Amino acid sequence: MEIDPFIFRLSIFILSIFIGYYVVWSVTPSLHTPLMSVTNAISSVIIVGAIIAALAGSTESIFDISSIFGFLAIVLAAINIFGGFLVTQRMLQMYKKKKDKKK
Amino acid sequence: MISSNLSAIFYLISGILFILALRGLSSPDTSRQGNYFGIAGMIIAIVVTFLSVGNFSNSIVYVVIFLLVGGAIGAFIAFRIPMTAMPELVAGFHSLVGLAAVFVAIAAFQNPEAFKLGVVGGIKLASLIEMSIGAAVGAITFSGSIIAFLKLRGIMSGSPITFGGQHFLNLTLGIGIFVLIYYLCMSQSANIFWTVIIISFLVGVLLIIPIGGADMPVVISMLNSYSGWAAAGIGFTLENTALIITGALVGSSGAILSYIMCKAMNRSFVSVILGGFGADSSSNTTKEKKDQKPVKSGNAEDAAFLMKNASSVIIVPGYGMAVAQAQHALREMVDKLKKNDIKVTYAIHPVAGRMPGHMNVLLAEANVPYDEVFELEDINNDFANSDVAFVIGANDVTNPVAKTDPKSPIFGMPVLDVEKCKSVLFVKRSLSPGYAGIDNELFYKDNTLMLFADAKKMTEDIVKNLD
Repeated sequence: MEIDPFIFRLSIFILSIFIGYYVVWSVTPSLHTPLMSVTNAISSVIIVGAIIAALAGSTESIFDISSIFGFLAIVLAAINIFGGFLVTQRMLQMYKKKKDKKK
Repeated sequence: MISSNLSAIFYLISGILFILALRGLSSPDTSRQGNYFGIAGMIIAIVVTFLSVGNFSNSIVYVVIFLLVGGAIGAFIAFRIPMTAMPELVAGFHSLVGLAAVFVAIAAFQNPEAFKLGVVGGIKLASLIEMSIGAAVGAITFSGSIIAFLKLRGIMSGSPITFGGQHFLNLTLGIGIFVLIYYLCMSQSANIFWTVIIISFLVGVLLIIPIGGADMPVVISMLNSYSGWAAAGIGFTLENTALIITGALVGSSGAILSYIMCKAMNRSFVSVILGGFGADSSSNTTKEKKDQKPVKSGNAEDAAFLMKNASSVIIVPGYGMAVAQAQHALREMVDKLKKNDIKVTYAIHPVAGRMPGHMNVLLAEANVPYDEVFELEDINNDFANSDVAFVIGANDVTNPVAKTDPKSPIFGMPVLDVEKCKSVLFVKRSLSPGYAGIDNELFYKDNTLMLFADAKKMTEDIVKNLD
């Protein structure tokens, strides 16, 4: 019997949880706030689903119910992607060592 | 148009880049590079999605427009937001991820052909389960984060809202969602799908309203985790590796942060979720008690004198520093002290502030080098060898009661051993108890000098007196 592709996806999912577990424990506590903002940004990769939905509208009717929700999701996810990465960048720029200090 | 196999490989690459983005955060040196990995991963995912659809009708114009509109709003927020508002920003962003997950699930339910999931009324069983779970978790994340946002922003009172039968109601609604998903799978009915989403919105609200302001670090981490699980649910629906990997990463990240926060408060995750901690009932008794004990209070001049004659000072910041925006004044004060060859370090409790790492970001904003800032377990032994502890805006995390009184609600919580310092300067507006509603014994110790004032104003006054 062939293995259901779902099992492969489940394997990826479970293994990724383990990767996440070990990677996140190695994050230094002082960077926990940037960690939250960057996880926020990357979880907005959900935008790929939104783009597929939005592009699925036929040429005659670009805006049917499905694609409208797709477009709305694009806006929400885009706010998060840009906002999340930029605010993380802004925060990380502020973390300086003693020697970098400007007097 | 590129083949599904090729795009799957690119999605895998973008997932790996996201792992590297988190890996970079293990030290501030590598963190900036990590963020670029994250951005690269996102660009790859988006470009591959465009290429894999390949059907460039005129709707692509609108997609790009909406993308840029959202991007512009996001960039505007990112540049304008003050660092003190970071907790509510993160809560707000979580709500957007949640809502986006709901919208994508709705889009997939309405037009399953576009996602190769079957036809309307005949969606594959597994996909239907995955998308309804994704939508339900997304909806809970959305409404829960909105409540968290309103509480953090101060639009809604931070005190817990509880009522009889609350837990029973939540449990019923939770079970109700699963029953409805079961019937949805049987009937493919759109009405049931909508009902699942609406009930989930309600559950999100009910879940967060009983949780008090000071438990917010746990709440934010938990919602962070939920937003990840919602993304993973949608990832299964869309059979998209990047989304599954990311969802799992974010989900476990949020869960670990919640665990760290709970441990730092010595509370179980369940007791935080059930809420009601720090309700007003207990504070009345302590108010009567406090008048009976003598308190030494001083002014900026006394504080400046004490610190000038010290050889080592440890600063203990807390949420009050964030509220008063005192971090810049504090940095100025420390600079003056350092000029007098006084050793200054910062001690940060894991739950200081309203989100994990909140104090570290504010100190970094004020240009405090991160190698002068220490976590609880790294610095706690130093208090005994230091001359002055300067507590600014922290309260319960310094309360020695946590070590001595088994009856106290915070007993067993790891605290900073501030009282072991030769003298303690405690900046606070009044003697009122902290979120736990209990009195801080530290106020009445012989070596404690209370400085009653706004944190920023007091620090500025001390700076003047240091000259």
